Amino acid sequence: MTGLSTSSTAVPGSANLLTRLFRAREASLILILLALIAVTAAVNPRFLSAQSLRDLALNVSIVALVVVGQTLVLLMRHVDLSVSSVLGLTAFLSGSLFVAHPGMPVWLAFLAGLGIGAVLGAVNGLLVAYGGVPALVATLGTLYVFRGLDYAVVHGGQITASNLPPAFSAFASGSVLGVPSLVLLVLAVMVGFGVYLRSYRSGREYYAVGSNVEAARLAGIDVDRRVLTGFVLSGAIAGLAGVLYLARFGTVDAAAGTGLELQVIAAAVVGGVAITGGVGTVAGAGIGALLLGVIGSALVALRAPAFWQQAIQGALLLLAISVDIVLARRAARRVQERSHR
Amino acid sequence: MSLPPSAPGRPARSPLGWDATIIALVVLALGLGSRLSDAFLTGANLSNLSANLVEVALISLTMTLIIIAAEIDLSVASTLGVCSALLGVLWAAHVPMGLAILLTLGLGALAGFFNGWLVTRLGLPSLAVTIGTLALYRGLAYALLGDRAVADFPPFWTNLGFGLVPGTQIPIPLVAFVVLAVITAVALHATPFGRSLYAIGANEVAARFAGLRVERTKLLLFILSGLMSAFAAVVYTFRFSSARADNAAGLELSVIAAVLLGGVSIFGGRGSVVGVIAAVFLIGIIQNALTLADVPNEILTIVTGLLLILSVLGPNVAARLRAARQRRSNLTSPKGGAP
Repeated sequence: MTGLSTSSTAVPGSANLLTRLFRAREASLILILLALIAVTAAVNPRFLSAQSLRDLALNVSIVALVVVGQTLVLLMRHVDLSVSSVLGLTAFLSGSLFVAHPGMPVWLAFLAGLGIGAVLGAVNGLLVAYGGVPALVATLGTLYVFRGLDYAVVHGGQITASNLPPAFSAFASGSVLGVPSLVLLVLAVMVGFGVYLRSYRSGREYYAVGSNVEAARLAGIDVDRRVLTGFVLSGAIAGLAGVLYLARFGTVDAAAGTGLELQVIAAAVVGGVAITGGVGTVAGAGIGALLLGVIGSALVALRAPAFWQQAIQGALLLLAISVDIVLARRAARRVQERSHR
Repeated sequence: MSLPPSAPGRPARSPLGWDATIIALVVLALGLGSRLSDAFLTGANLSNLSANLVEVALISLTMTLIIIAAEIDLSVASTLGVCSALLGVLWAAHVPMGLAILLTLGLGALAGFFNGWLVTRLGLPSLAVTIGTLALYRGLAYALLGDRAVADFPPFWTNLGFGLVPGTQIPIPLVAFVVLAVITAVALHATPFGRSLYAIGANEVAARFAGLRVERTKLLLFILSGLMSAFAAVVYTFRFSSARADNAAGLELSVIAAVLLGGVSIFGGRGSVVGVIAAVFLIGIIQNALTLADVPNEILTIVTGLLLILSVLGPNVAARLRAARQRRSNLTSPKGGAP
């Protein structure tokens, strides 16, 4: 475990080799993905129909969006279990804004989602960075608190598609050049954070904090502020995902998004984001989410027995996690041996 | 024979302080409960209360051991689900109940062994492994039983699930829990095995250099966790007289919340069985008292979450305040705090 996190630290001298390694890792995921798509399409050509690809993209993009924020947090060796509750709460609250003010402009809903999410994320961040509460404990606690708030606010009610202005619902149904606008927005966020984490000083700080907190502190990084920012961003992104969830499904009750946190963490881990911190990219995490989504719909397209699908999905998830970690460790060891020579 | 001395060898910041706090909270909750509703401090209600938390209580015993050893098992509720499904399938196939229960326990041990094997042999982080098996085992439960439910269990067995010890108001599964809790407490706090869990959790490398068989111990812990989940599955199935694939979905978070509230450190190396049991009952009592007082369920969810956060935040803030006061008194007294 330690070998994994230390070797992955982006030391300038070996950065070149390491980036190539991680490229290779993402490349292997893409290969698995392509093979899976090819086999499924060969058996059932309808898998590649425009409609089925559209559905797949829409389903994956909400998970993929939340994974972006989770990646920021996981990189720092923390975890955010509360994302599902943040998503549920913001989905309902932004929906009830439309109910209360039917003429409200659509962008205001997005702003509200981001804002509410950021506030909820700040609660997590303050608890972890300044309260000294381990992230797993803090966000498990807020998972309950935020979901409880959600139930209290919803109070047995429901938002339905008829409450939403057409311009808002169009966000999931409308498209630019055949790609749904919702997917484009998620892609834009992913590219933005991908570039930020790769090329900006404060982006690199996430890796530094996760690789070695003490070293990061000694290097002059304000660790507490970085952790707080990470959680705020994770919350804001989950809040945005809540608004998109509302646009996509139209119907939202108090249970919306329950259990999503484990899907999100699974996608990140499959995509090569180490839960031991310091390793991973937004692109990898996105591919992880895509891979899990494709496995899910491929099983349907391949007409796997309905009740076996979840078991097969679980087995593949486990396989992906194991293979990925074992390969990464082997690669890291090889790098170490080479540098010792 | 040679029990390790408990006082000097104890890990830093003994959990005893928290044990006392949480037991005080239980007493306080009992008092508040009796104020909220006359029906609270009755035998029937207390019996009902403890019957409802028995599965969480059972699994939290082995979860305590695992988290003290700095690992985690998220797959417990799914293991419960797949074991419950197997019990239903076997009974529906006219397998004698005794054998069916044995096979169910065997499946639980196997599920735990698989987790432990992946963690110890492949060296994978248990959080990642058990997120995977959480999905896998729940999936297998659906593969076994689909969306059917098996409900026609014989009265002799379901009575063991929801019946009372004759002549008392003590639920039968609670007796099993008390026995297992005593065994766990003795094993953790009074045997070399128990001490080795603290050592492994506090510093795995040091534990290995001290000659402890870290891998074997962890493998055993995961098997025990699977076995306990299977036992909880048997209890759950008989208590509700229903085997379904989605039995106890999401229970893992309740278990972990109870264990952490009980003062076990998520980083391992610290915690006690007494604190965890008190925490399980604290959550159960609050839940029950609020329900009797017609407080909506969502408030309970919020209270559970807040308790969990405060259990760690409270002591931290207190320590920081104490440190601040210390510093201030050092500054004001002219002779204190020579640099």
